Amino acid sequence: MAQSSPQIGLPDSRPSTRRKWRPTVIAPWLFLAPAMIVFFVYVIYPVFDSIWLSFFDWDGLGDKTWIGLDNYRELFDSDTFWKAFSNNLLWLVLFMLAPPCGLAIALFLNQQVAGIRAVKALFFFPFVISQVVVGLVFSWFYDPNFGLLNEAIVFFGGDPIAILADEKLVTYGIIAAGLWPQIAYCMILYLTGLNNLNGEQIEAAQLDNAKGWKMLWYIVIPQLSPATFIAIVVTVIGALRSFDLVATMTAGGPWGSSTVLAYMMYEEAIFNYRMGYGAAVAVVLFLIMDIYIAYFLWRMVKSEK
Amino acid sequence: MKKIAKLGQIALLSTAMSTMATAGTLVINSDTSDPAPKAAFAEIIAQFEKENPDITVKYNLYDHEAYKTTIRNWLVTSPPDVVHWYAGNRMKAFVDRGLFEDVSDLWAENNMQDTFATAAPAMTIDGKQWGVPFTYYQWGVYYRKDLFEKHGIGEPTTWDEFLAACATLKENSIAPVSIGTKYLWTAAGWFDYLNLRTNGLEFHMDLMDGKVPYTDDRVRATFANWAELVEPGYFLENHASYSWQEAQPFLYNGEAAMYLIGNFITPNFPEELEGKMGFFQFPQINPEVGMFEDAPMDTLHIPSKAKNKEDARRYLAFMAREDNQTKINGALLQIPPHKDAQAADNYFLDKGVAMLGSADGTAQFYDRDTDPAMAKEGMKGFQEFMVYPDRIDAILERLEKVRQRTFK
Repeated sequence: MAQSSPQIGLPDSRPSTRRKWRPTVIAPWLFLAPAMIVFFVYVIYPVFDSIWLSFFDWDGLGDKTWIGLDNYRELFDSDTFWKAFSNNLLWLVLFMLAPPCGLAIALFLNQQVAGIRAVKALFFFPFVISQVVVGLVFSWFYDPNFGLLNEAIVFFGGDPIAILADEKLVTYGIIAAGLWPQIAYCMILYLTGLNNLNGEQIEAAQLDNAKGWKMLWYIVIPQLSPATFIAIVVTVIGALRSFDLVATMTAGGPWGSSTVLAYMMYEEAIFNYRMGYGAAVAVVLFLIMDIYIAYFLWRMVKSEK
Repeated sequence: MKKIAKLGQIALLSTAMSTMATAGTLVINSDTSDPAPKAAFAEIIAQFEKENPDITVKYNLYDHEAYKTTIRNWLVTSPPDVVHWYAGNRMKAFVDRGLFEDVSDLWAENNMQDTFATAAPAMTIDGKQWGVPFTYYQWGVYYRKDLFEKHGIGEPTTWDEFLAACATLKENSIAPVSIGTKYLWTAAGWFDYLNLRTNGLEFHMDLMDGKVPYTDDRVRATFANWAELVEPGYFLENHASYSWQEAQPFLYNGEAAMYLIGNFITPNFPEELEGKMGFFQFPQINPEVGMFEDAPMDTLHIPSKAKNKEDARRYLAFMAREDNQTKINGALLQIPPHKDAQAADNYFLDKGVAMLGSADGTAQFYDRDTDPAMAKEGMKGFQEFMVYPDRIDAILERLEKVRQRTFK
């Protein structure tokens, strides 16, 4: 690698070797190769293998039996799947609170006050710690026996509620836990965005007497649109791949009422020894993600034109 | 996804580890990663190496959950020479696929049909033996003697006495039964016992093997008995929030009085409750049905693709010896399956040995006796029933659907 790099960008490359050995042609591919190989082995190949596997009945051990679309038929006929699917939608919708909340906190923190760095670090903290830890902390917070939430409810005269054991509340409880680090993530995106605001535009707006909400809506937010774009993408992906919190806080319970597609896939494939069925769940999840990915790619291509 | 990738890594790593082993090296994979069993096995293996200087043992430890998933990977690829596993359907799954070695010869040479008479049925499939059991333990009701005395309750032996005891405790604002169903299997303990006491072992095993529909009236009878506990609220409130460990403090601080669980709970009893904890056999429900018990058994097997089967047999024979069974179970505080081996002198073990000795038959446990996919959905149903007993019809129909799919 070291020998080839000084030659990159040499203005007078000889035309005779242009087609074959010019390092500027090979070098980028060499540099890309490790990433591409890893991407192929760990992403592209498993995607197609999963799709292939989803047409089989396979316990992960014995012979695979081709059953065509039976896994999908069973899937769309299963209450668990629709429960997981609707929980995924709930995650998607409620997770959309993360970008606006992150923006609000970022605006609040974007000021020059002594000690603001420490405060920023505190707000960023939940994003740094592991999801498993977030899950544990929140399950203690919700604990009906000693949890802080219930201490507070009882203090104000309410009856304690076991959020994680209640089939109606459990998903909201987990989403709230998930929002905590997600908001911190969006906040960081917006904080960097706010650093790059065009000062001239703001001055011009000030001269035109723009203030408060108008300033925010017409001047600041449009300039933050790249940050908003990224924030929404990571939030959608974050909502769809929600797994860690479900696994640590409830394991999909009580009786499967907090399960999501990612967790259902894991449970079927790993615990129930149904690799084919698990793969079918994965394919459905993949297709849902594709809708978003395709939309955002399309938008990106359009904006670059 | 991350988790799955990690499991894959573990699998690869373990494959690498087991292929490196050469003749004279015995590779053992085990999930005995809790402190007491870990120390016990370290000692027993040192003893084995001392008696067999030509063998070097390589002992790989896994945590329980990872073990259950990775074992399938290396059994089909490049297995170790000995694996730890469980009797019942868990063992049958591998035997059916030809992944475990037939060790009937070992049983014959060492007269194990006689010395392991009680464990033999659990280890036998198609008239052959497929492994060596090294420990088992009893299930039953662990309770607070002092609370029972205070409220004038005796050890219940019949269902009516049990219900009366629950009613008295409930009147005195004590949760009669502590349980944590977050990880589901604790609820299966209740199902096992209620079904064994209501319908007997033969019916129970037919149900486990998928031969009887879950919508059968006899299954409904079991749930009707269960409802007599659920409807009056005899189980700990919010039990779906707790793991089995998290449900223990209620018993220890006197907010709950009984706990149906395996003997592995006894090392956790706090010192200040010394002498205040008692044990009784799950009460009789139907006098015409024998007293059957859950007694899960942990076992050793030789994978059929193992490289060093000769030394593996020596190790299994070594583990089947009376003195080693005594030693390992003394450390585990569990019961040796060998009939001449001695369980440690312990109040709860004495009760367990006596109870299992006179049992009319034993089952392994719901999630060891039935198919894994069935077990998972079944246990979810039990948990839901323990909160919403009125949903019984919907639950049983769902379980029946799973049964038909799983055992087709």
